[in-house]
Amino acid sequence: MMKKRFMTGLLALVAAIAVAGSVHAKALMMATTTSTDNTGLLDYLAPEFTKDTGIELKWTSVGTGKALKLGMNCDVDVLLVHAPPAEKKYIKDGYAESRKEIMFNDFVIVGPKADPAGVKGMDVEKALATIRSGHKTFVSRGDNSGTNKKEKLLWKAAGGPLPEKEAWYVQTGQGMLSTLNITAERGGYTMTDRGTYIKYSHKNGGNPPLDVIVEGGVILKNQYSVLILNSGNCPKAKKDLAEAFSAWMASDKAQELIAKFRLLGKPLFIPNANQG
Amino acid sequence: MDFIVDGFYRALVLLIQGDPQTLSAVTTTLKAAFLSMGMSLVIGVPAGFCLGYYEFRGKKTARTIVDTMLALPTVFIGLLVYAFLSNRGPLGGLGLLFTIPAISVGQTILALPVITALTASTLDSLDKGLRLTLISLGADKRQLFLSTLWEVRYGIVAAAMTAMGRVMTEVGISMMVGGNIKWHTRTITTAIALETGKGMFAEGIALGLVLLAIALVVNVSVSVFRR
Repeated sequence: MMKKRFMTGLLALVAAIAVAGSVHAKALMMATTTSTDNTGLLDYLAPEFTKDTGIELKWTSVGTGKALKLGMNCDVDVLLVHAPPAEKKYIKDGYAESRKEIMFNDFVIVGPKADPAGVKGMDVEKALATIRSGHKTFVSRGDNSGTNKKEKLLWKAAGGPLPEKEAWYVQTGQGMLSTLNITAERGGYTMTDRGTYIKYSHKNGGNPPLDVIVEGGVILKNQYSVLILNSGNCPKAKKDLAEAFSAWMASDKAQELIAKFRLLGKPLFIPNANQG
Repeated sequence: MDFIVDGFYRALVLLIQGDPQTLSAVTTTLKAAFLSMGMSLVIGVPAGFCLGYYEFRGKKTARTIVDTMLALPTVFIGLLVYAFLSNRGPLGGLGLLFTIPAISVGQTILALPVITALTASTLDSLDKGLRLTLISLGADKRQLFLSTLWEVRYGIVAAAMTAMGRVMTEVGISMMVGGNIKWHTRTITTAIALETGKGMFAEGIALGLVLLAIALVVNVSVSVFRR
């Protein structure tokens, strides 16, 4: 009697959960990175996408490492990330079938206006080597994100092993804006994508405590792409909706919207879907 | 420091203007909490009753296990639930990942030890004479259970309030299995985490104050019931 009532109640709740959990028909689940989300770009593009295609875009913003893992586990339908070497390996390993380049910006090294390491205007490889030899504070995302992967690449290019355990190397394990805040607090240097830096400046009324110290060079290019998951690995992923999203992001309309997305009069991302 | 004062002003603005994003976060928090409180009470109160009321071999061990589960970190629970609900996991077919029910599953795991342990404690301290009195009045098993529960109702309400506090303020589970998806699974706490992550501290404070306001409303209603 008491047990029966309790079991019925339990079953009713489980049923309620299952019903409540049923997913909306035309919804696309995307895993993306903190830079596309925190800059506000997705909030700006999503309504237009829904207007044009009738598909609701839902996204969770995590580090690139986690986004790729979610794709591997088929917990999402599509990815929007920025780690081309990792993406190409991902396709080779069979988790995604294709990638479409959508937009880019560049990475920059930012630091205190006073530039204690004296690296302003240097090539990024030389700048990092100088920061390293001077034991100047350098803050890293430390979270296996697209940005973090690029940063590790730069340290390799600068020569020597990764500064893992060095006292001056600070690994936050957090998103780009958090990391920028910590960098400003510690008076150190960090590597950021320009879009997030512009957002950060905007938040600081156009006069942030960190300046762009090092920029330019092909190695600092930051390419964003949409990845379609391999339907062999994820048969239940909504491939048609994912392809509609990829096509829409590359369309003239979306590319123009991306170009028009500005803060402080500066574009945060540069569309490049139809170039090579 | 001024972001705290700024936060107070923003909280008022958010509440008065009925900001849709805040409203969405509030609704999501309440929906998830409601489901998880429901589930944990249905399972936890009878479980706590058995644990506190009856004497049996292994009672001490069972009690120790339940008390240890009180220390489950929310991110750990989130990770476990993700492992089960992921498409790669055993329950992946249910399609629950990144939905409110998924958050509720995790929050139930969080709340269950609280409800069970506190209900058991309440019953432990119950006057042993009550059982004999009820039996001598001719109560059957069901009436025994219900009457005893009624006697300790304030203790159970306290257990529920404690569990509710843990459930409404957790971030680890909501973030991991909810995904902090705007309009869908963004709770007040994940919204605070997001805003502070973006460096928008005043917004974080404002949302925190909104959460406190809700907790206040809940507790005022409960205290009315108490008298």
